[in-house]
This record gives sequence, structure tokens and C-alpha cells, in this order.
Amino acid sequence: MIAAVPMAHGLILAGCLFAIGLIGVLVRRDIIFVLASIEIMLNASGLAFVVAGSRWGQPDGQIMFIFILTMAATEVSVGLALALQLHGRLRTLDIDAASKMRG
Amino acid sequence: MLQLLWLVPALPFAGFVLLALSGRRLPDRWVPFIGVGSVGLSLLAAVLVATSFLAAPPPGYAYSQTLWTWMSVGSFTPGITLYLDALSLVMVVVVTFVGFFIHLYSAEFMAGGEGYGRFFAYMNLFVGSMLTLVLASNLLLLYLGWEGVGLCSYLLIGFWYQDSYNGYAARKAFVVTRVGDAALAIGLFLIFNSLGTLEIQDLMRRAAQQWAPGSALALSAAALLLVGALGKSAQLPLQTWLPDAMAGPTPVSALIHAATMVTAGVYLIARTNVLFALAPAVQLAVAVIGAVTLLLAGFSALTQWDIKRVLAYSTISQIGYMFLALGVGAWTAAIFHFMTHAFFKSLLFLAAGVVIMSLDEEHDMFKMGGLRRSLPLAFWTFLVGAASLSALPLVTAGGYSKESILYQAWAGQAGSPWLWAVGIAGAFLTGMYSFRMVFLTFFGEMKQQPSKKPSIDIGIPLVVLAALSIAGGYIDLPRTLGNLPILSSFLQNTLPPTVIAQPAIDTELVLGVIAGVVPLIGIYFAYLLFFQRRPAYADGPTRVARGGPLYRLWFAGWGFDWLYDRLIVRPFVWAARADKDDVIDSVYDGITRLNVVFNNLLSGTESGRVRWYAAGIALGAVVVIAIGVFA
Repeated sequence: MIAAVPMAHGLILAGCLFAIGLIGVLVRRDIIFVLASIEIMLNASGLAFVVAGSRWGQPDGQIMFIFILTMAATEVSVGLALALQLHGRLRTLDIDAASKMRG
Repeated sequence: MLQLLWLVPALPFAGFVLLALSGRRLPDRWVPFIGVGSVGLSLLAAVLVATSFLAAPPPGYAYSQTLWTWMSVGSFTPGITLYLDALSLVMVVVVTFVGFFIHLYSAEFMAGGEGYGRFFAYMNLFVGSMLTLVLASNLLLLYLGWEGVGLCSYLLIGFWYQDSYNGYAARKAFVVTRVGDAALAIGLFLIFNSLGTLEIQDLMRRAAQQWAPGSALALSAAALLLVGALGKSAQLPLQTWLPDAMAGPTPVSALIHAATMVTAGVYLIARTNVLFALAPAVQLAVAVIGAVTLLLAGFSALTQWDIKRVLAYSTISQIGYMFLALGVGAWTAAIFHFMTHAFFKSLLFLAAGVVIMSLDEEHDMFKMGGLRRSLPLAFWTFLVGAASLSALPLVTAGGYSKESILYQAWAGQAGSPWLWAVGIAGAFLTGMYSFRMVFLTFFGEMKQQPSKKPSIDIGIPLVVLAALSIAGGYIDLPRTLGNLPILSSFLQNTLPPTVIAQPAIDTELVLGVIAGVVPLIGIYFAYLLFFQRRPAYADGPTRVARGGPLYRLWFAGWGFDWLYDRLIVRPFVWAARADKDDVIDSVYDGITRLNVVFNNLLSGTESGRVRWYAAGIALGAVVVIAIGVFA
């Protein structure tokens, strides 16, 4: 058995990944990159679950990760459909162009 | 027969309801039957009640009739209760009597004009309200009548509403008397709060037990009632509305603004005499206000050219005499003067009305003249009225009542030679301005032919009132002349007797002679100035007559209107104009504006950009977590 990675390291990594993903969502304008950044955030939270599960020796963390993967898959399908719609209607992938619904 | 008492006020009210409901559907020839008839029947009922009251006085010399309970709130249960005693009996008889004859006169005087039915509806409502006022057994009912007569006064001054000046005069009368009415209302609250009742007899009894003479409560209650009386009776400083009230039809001036309503203040003070006896300072104020008013109004009357305004100022002046009498504790003399004044002043107004009508609405005495032969009835009755007003000794009613006031102003408990001197000066002025009217109107060269003659309906009231202006004085003869004070001893069943400090018969005689001679001197001056027009006699007075500064001051009623205009009306109008947009409202406007600003701010964040929303969510999450972690 490989020596256990300290929990703090795992959580810091998860936090860094989440921050990177969030910054990506906020900064990038291309919808593909935004979706990719959301993936990173989802995986960061999945990592946090897995690390926590390993810390307590419980399988729950890994079960939660399966859920997150499932949700990520559905999210990507919806996201790609949106990307197609965006491109089809506006001839661009810039999400700021899709701001017609403002109040 | 005393049970008929309720009919006395009820009949005029019924007449009002009939006339008001039928409106213009009623042909004009039927209107007088209802309008005059209702007051006539009311007079009949009053006479029946008076006869049975005199024939068999009820126990305690007072009869009270409860019709129903007005309202019942805790211990406060004012009833619609009529209370008849010597004082209210005299008032009721005078009001219905004078009222009836003025209605009779109006039937002819107002005929053919627009709003004939409306006129009689208002007049009937007035008589009903006035009777409610004098018969009320509690102050709340009295207040109802008080406001009722004020309303009718307003409606009738502005009767010819097409002329905007009349509307202005009506509003002025209403607003100025409202000052007094507000004080009266506060006085009522004070009395109820402290004595727990508004029943006049109960509250006077309790006041005598609970309030020390001169205590703050007694003083403030009496002062508040006094201000109410000042407003209604057009006394200083609330007298400015009465001369303008002459904008109304002449019968209205005769009934409301001479004989009845304006004396309501006198009645109120006489009715609540115990409260005033408990507040000697206020009672002195009554006397002083009366004295000053009678003098100021006398000077003003001397300079007016409008015959009705002379009479208006003379009414203020004569009510000043009544206040003087009330102030020195000469309660019965005040009521006596009220009675004779009601006769001769309404007579003067009605006779002046005949002159005005026959000269086609001419009010200016300097454009009249020489009407002695062409209008003999008006001349003789006006002469009788003027003689009675100027208190000619022995032969006129006004002479007896004024002499009794003057004597008691000297010798009465609170009397003083100063008050007497002012009263005598006023008597001089009264004689002068009364006969100035007579000489200017009926003597001298004829300037305008009368266009119509009065009919019998107008003649009867004139003759009857003229007879009473002479004979009305004989029911109260002073000690020096027969000593037969019928009215005084009757009234003393209700009102406290006048206390004479040193009842010396020769003093009374001397004072009586002076009071009799002074008006004659005044008349002689009027004769010199306005009949013979001798400039040699009248260097000073003619300067007055020709329009010097003093003349203008007197003509303008001592500038009270000017003063109030500067002091109250203009600042008020200015404030109203400054506050046109409502300062208080700006607070609420500010709240609305602030909301709009926030709304704009927040709706700016709704940019439609997904990244902004994501940032918002992230920031919100950070804040919430931070609160969760650190708090």
C-alpha cells in the first residue's frame, strides 16, 4: 500500500483546481473554454470528495465522485447543445454576444 | 300647554324640510305660506307656552322637556332636551316674534327674485337653529344650534351668490366666527373634562362647588366661552365680519345680524353666569371689551355712507352695551337691552330696506335725501327706531334699557365711573350717528324719486315693531320712574340679581337725567352738522366729515381689516403659496426617489452576460461562506 497522501495536500490541490476553473469561467469568453473550466471545477470538487473519503476510510467519497461524473456528462451534453445553438444563431462562440435577455 | 314647547323649534325645522325638499317645484306663491306660516305657528306655540308658564309657573321656575337621548357614550349622555326658564322664555318669545314679522316682511320684500324658496328655507332653518340654541339644556345642543345659526348666516350673507363680493363677505363671516367657535368647542371639552357634564344647570352647580373663585380652571373656562361669544356677537377683536355681512338681503341683516344671532354671545354669557362670576378677571374683561367696542364702533358708524353699514356698526356698538352690562353683573339689564335692541334695530333695518328697495338698491345716504314726504311710513318708523336707538329718555324703549345699563355700569358691583363715562360717550355718538342717518336720508333736498311704494305686508311689521320700540320699555321701569321692574324681577328667577353697591335714589336720578340729556346733545350736533350744515359749529367735526386721516381710519373700522390682512391673511396666503407643493410630501417623494435610484442600480447589474452572473454567484458564495466561517 502506498503511503497515504496527507489530506491537506489533496484539499489544497482541489482548491487550486476549483479556483483555476472559476477564473476560467469568469475570464474566458469562448463557450468551449467556459465549459472546460466548469469541468475543471466539477473535477476539483470530485477530488475533494475522494480525498475526504480516503481520510475517513469510507467509500462514500468515491460514490459521490461517480455522481459528479454522471452530472458532468449531462452538463457537457447540454453545454455542447448550447454551443451549437449559439454558433447556429449568432455565428460566434462568444458568450457575451448572447446577452439579449438583459433586463 | 308647556308640553307644546317642542313645537316651537320643530315647526321652523319642518318648514325648512318642506321648502328644501320641494325645491323649485313649489310655485313662488305657495312659498310664503310655508315659510312665514311655520314661523307664525311657532310664534303661536311660543305664546301659548309663555302664557301657561306665566299663569302657572312650573316648580323651580324651570320646565325641561326631554325629547330623546342624542347619544350615549359611557357616562356622556347628552339629551335632546329643551329647557325653559325665565331667560330662555324671553329669548324664545323675542326670537319668534321678531322672526315672524321679519318673515312677513320678507314675503313681500324678496318676492319676484331668484331663489325665493331657497331664501325662506334658509330663514326657517335659521329660526329653528336659533330656538335650539336658546332652548338647549346642555351645552352640546346649544353648540349645535350655535353652528346652525352660523351656517345659516353664511348661506344668507352669500344669498346672491352670483356677485363674488357676497361670497367673499360670507366666507369672511364664517371664518372669523369660526375662531370664536373653536374656542367655544375647546371650552366645552375643558368643562366636560373637569366637571363631567355638559348639562348647563348641573355644570354650574358643580362649578360653584368644585372651582375656587379665580382659579385657573374657572378663568380658562370662562375665557374660552367669552371668546366664543366675542366671535358670534361681533365684539372686539372679532368684530370685522359684521359690517361686511351687510352684503346679505336686508331682512337677513335685520333678523340675523341685528336682532337674534349676534346676541347669541350675550345669551351664552348670561346663561353660564355662574362661571363668569367665578372668574372676576374674565368678567371685567367682558365689561372692558364691551365698553371699548361700543366706543370704537360708534365712531365708525359716524363716518359710513352706506346706510346698512351704519346700522351694522351701531349693532356692534349696542351689543357692546350688552357686554358692558354683563361685565358689571347687570344680567337683567343686558337681556332687557337685547330685547329692546331686537325691536328697534330690526325696525331700522326693515325701514332702511324699504328706502333701499324704493330707490332701486341705493345704499348711499348721500344720494338719498328728502324722502320724508314720499315715503312717510318708512320715515316715521325709521324715526321711531332712530329715537329708540339713540335712547331718547322717557318715550322710547331703548332709553329705558340703556339708562338701566348706564346706571348699573356706575353703581353696580363691578361698575366704575370709567365704564359709565365710556357708555355715556357712546350714547352721545349713538344719538349723533342715528340722526345723521335720519337727516341725510329723509331731510334736505330730494335727490332721487322713489320708484315703488311698500305694500301692506311690509307696513304691518314696520308698525308693530315701531310700537314695540316705544312700548317695549315700559315693562321695566326704573325706581326713579314708577319703580315697576316687571322684566327684571321675572328674569331674576333665573339670573342673579344685580348688586348695587350704594343704592342711593338721588344718584340714580342724576345719572338717569345725564343719560337722558346726552343723546339729545348728540342729536343736536347731528342737527347742526347734517341738517343745517353749519361750518362754524363744526370745524373739528367737519374735518372729520370731509375725509381727514381720522375720518378714513374710522371709515375703515379703525383699520382692523387692514391689520388682520397684514398680520394673518397675507402671511397665511404666503405660507400657503410657499407650501403649494407640500413640504411634508417631499419626505415621501424622497423615499420614492431613493427606491427608483436603487432600482436603477440593481437593474444595471442585470446585464445579460453569463460571466457576470457567475461572478455574482461566486462572490455571494464567498460572502456566505465567510459569514459561516468567521461569524
